[in-house]
Amino acid sequence: MTKRLTYLDNAATTPVRPEVLEAMLPYLGKEAFGNPSSSHRFGRAARAGIEEAKRAVAAAVGAEPNQVIFTSGGTEADNLAIIGAALASRDRGGPFRVAVSATEHKATLAAAHAVKHLGGEEIILPVTASGRVEDSALDAALARGMAIVSVMWVNNEVGTVQPVAEIAGRCCDAGVSFHSDAVQAFGKIPVSLRGVNCTLLTISGHKIGAPKGIGALIVRDRKAVEAIIHGGGQQFGIRPGTENVPGIVGLGTAARLAVEEQQALATRLGELRDDLERRLLAIVPDAVINGWQGERAPHISNASIPGTDSEALLMHLDLAGIACSSGSACSTGAVEPSHVLTAMGVPRELGVSALRFSFGKDSSAEDVEAMAQVLPKIVEKVRSLSAVLHR
Amino acid sequence: MRVLVAMSGGVDSSVAAARLVEQGHEVIGATMKLFCYGDSVPDRPCCSLDSITDAKLVAHKLGIPHYVLNLEDRFGHDVIGNFVAEYARGRTPIPCVRCNSFTKFRDFLYHADALECDAIATGHYAIARDGALYRGRDPQKDQSYFLWGIDRAVVRRMLTPVGELTKAETRKLARTLGLLTADKPESVEICFVPDDDYVAVLEQHLPADAPALTPGPLVTTSGDVIGEHAGFARYTVGQRKGLPGGFAEPLYVVAIRPETREVVVGRGTELFGHAVSLEEVNWLAEPLAPGDAVWVQCRYRARAVPGTIAANGDGRIALRLAEPVRAIAPGQSGVLYDADDRLLGGGVIA
Repeated sequence: MTKRLTYLDNAATTPVRPEVLEAMLPYLGKEAFGNPSSSHRFGRAARAGIEEAKRAVAAAVGAEPNQVIFTSGGTEADNLAIIGAALASRDRGGPFRVAVSATEHKATLAAAHAVKHLGGEEIILPVTASGRVEDSALDAALARGMAIVSVMWVNNEVGTVQPVAEIAGRCCDAGVSFHSDAVQAFGKIPVSLRGVNCTLLTISGHKIGAPKGIGALIVRDRKAVEAIIHGGGQQFGIRPGTENVPGIVGLGTAARLAVEEQQALATRLGELRDDLERRLLAIVPDAVINGWQGERAPHISNASIPGTDSEALLMHLDLAGIACSSGSACSTGAVEPSHVLTAMGVPRELGVSALRFSFGKDSSAEDVEAMAQVLPKIVEKVRSLSAVLHR
Repeated sequence: MRVLVAMSGGVDSSVAAARLVEQGHEVIGATMKLFCYGDSVPDRPCCSLDSITDAKLVAHKLGIPHYVLNLEDRFGHDVIGNFVAEYARGRTPIPCVRCNSFTKFRDFLYHADALECDAIATGHYAIARDGALYRGRDPQKDQSYFLWGIDRAVVRRMLTPVGELTKAETRKLARTLGLLTADKPESVEICFVPDDDYVAVLEQHLPADAPALTPGPLVTTSGDVIGEHAGFARYTVGQRKGLPGGFAEPLYVVAIRPETREVVVGRGTELFGHAVSLEEVNWLAEPLAPGDAVWVQCRYRARAVPGTIAANGDGRIALRLAEPVRAIAPGQSGVLYDADDRLLGGGVIA
């Protein structure tokens, strides 16, 4: 068994960066542990950390510091955006209706579904084979009036990029708020709200070297969302609760570094991704790169290996020291193809044999090499296994 | 050697894995996901199921990898489908036998082969030794009865690390090793039958007007109709519950006739038989011939009785029993042993 471990699952999560950890430490210990709402010196120290992080996050995405609402992560930010916008719209007499793309992260899809449970309506916008939202469906949704339209910037399973600026513009023209989940986009492709009519934007810490449990929703219009959890008045009451100060400080540092490094990282990861795909196709000539038709973020590659199943591939790869994924983490364990690939029209046989390789800051050519070394034998073994099990 | 161990998340397979690790094998843990656990909350994935989590935690503690193998489709076809079909034709199936024959010691083995494992291991209370299978040492826990249907060639690749232990020893060992499954309660139900209500499973899989679930006549062995039953799938040979009272002696189900939907009832003494016919016969030793003596067990937890092979051929055997056996139920297993508790083979009671 290979001793060197290869981590190609950076879209799932990343380790905390040393710079981030260092920035957080004072806020965990005696130095600045205070409650940021306290008026004494301990509180002030914590508050200062939050304010600095807010500025860093705002600067990183082209927003204003007072537009940054920290959450427990991407899932909560997506829920706040979708449910919060639906409730706000309903309460001002607007439509209690949300439209989300079919390839959204489960957090967004489930939040849209929750709106339906609350008595509202959910509209699922279909996508093309390249993963882009279908224009006609968007037009139809906007014509009906929506509380919010949500289309993710970069898809977490296939890496396809949506024309967010264009969609945001059309929503704006129709007088509809727009939300984008930029969890996978942030740090990998330029994500700036300058010139983009995006009302709400989700980012997450642990995809960019901050710890799990911290994310943010950029809220450019506070009237556009209502709180979905209730408590004290922290964060304008939009997201009350004592702030996760160390997490927030970590997110600020990670966001600053992500933007500083984005361009160089994108170039490097794009090369690794292209190399991986080239070698994969050389080893498995009938493999299919999902989402190849459209623009893709540089760090994600989703490939189907006909005649195999993802579950068995993942197991064999793990035993060979290679960590990757079959799509979104929650759908592992089920044989159904991911909702993303299904929505993109990927046939079932390819859907159940899809692997997602995702690169990050620590990825190197050695990772691709390790992958290429073990893949031929694994594909052969899993193909014969699948032939027996699915005959 | 490299061993794939089936970890259900229970104490037996946890200890099985632990013993293999202790013995120095390269152990890979796997939990088979065999059916959708039907969480009452919609949209909630079953990958967070407690038993899988328990298996994962034990594997982590033992420092071995752990995977979930999805065998839902195959299990649904080979085990649940057969379970429903057997009840639909008036028999009382044992899904655990089919699960061992088709799922654990065939499909699971395919995975083991792909992983280049030399052997597979389970937490069964049975002993695999030199290509032969024997009863487990703990007579209260012996599970060899359920293993008669597996491919004989597989036995050589089977490891049964808890087969030589009593249940009490297994639990003690689990506690000593600090395994979190040490005091988990015993699972005695059929895994895919919630709340022990198998009729609910049948109702889910069979059409509402299926003969097995619709009323039919209750008749005595002498042919008198004494009432109506709510569907013959609710009855098993030997059953007393659900039958009318007020007779001189308590009534028992002595036969089910699916073609007429009749449930035949009779006195307790009418339940005893001296002959058993087996079909789908499988041998785990050299096949016996007519006249050969053998020990026959017709129910899990029943005592084996001496018998003789009366006839065999075409996957069937007929057995004469030296003493009467109560409630020989079609669909259950007739399992054959020698005097040294070696499992020789078995079949489905016809």
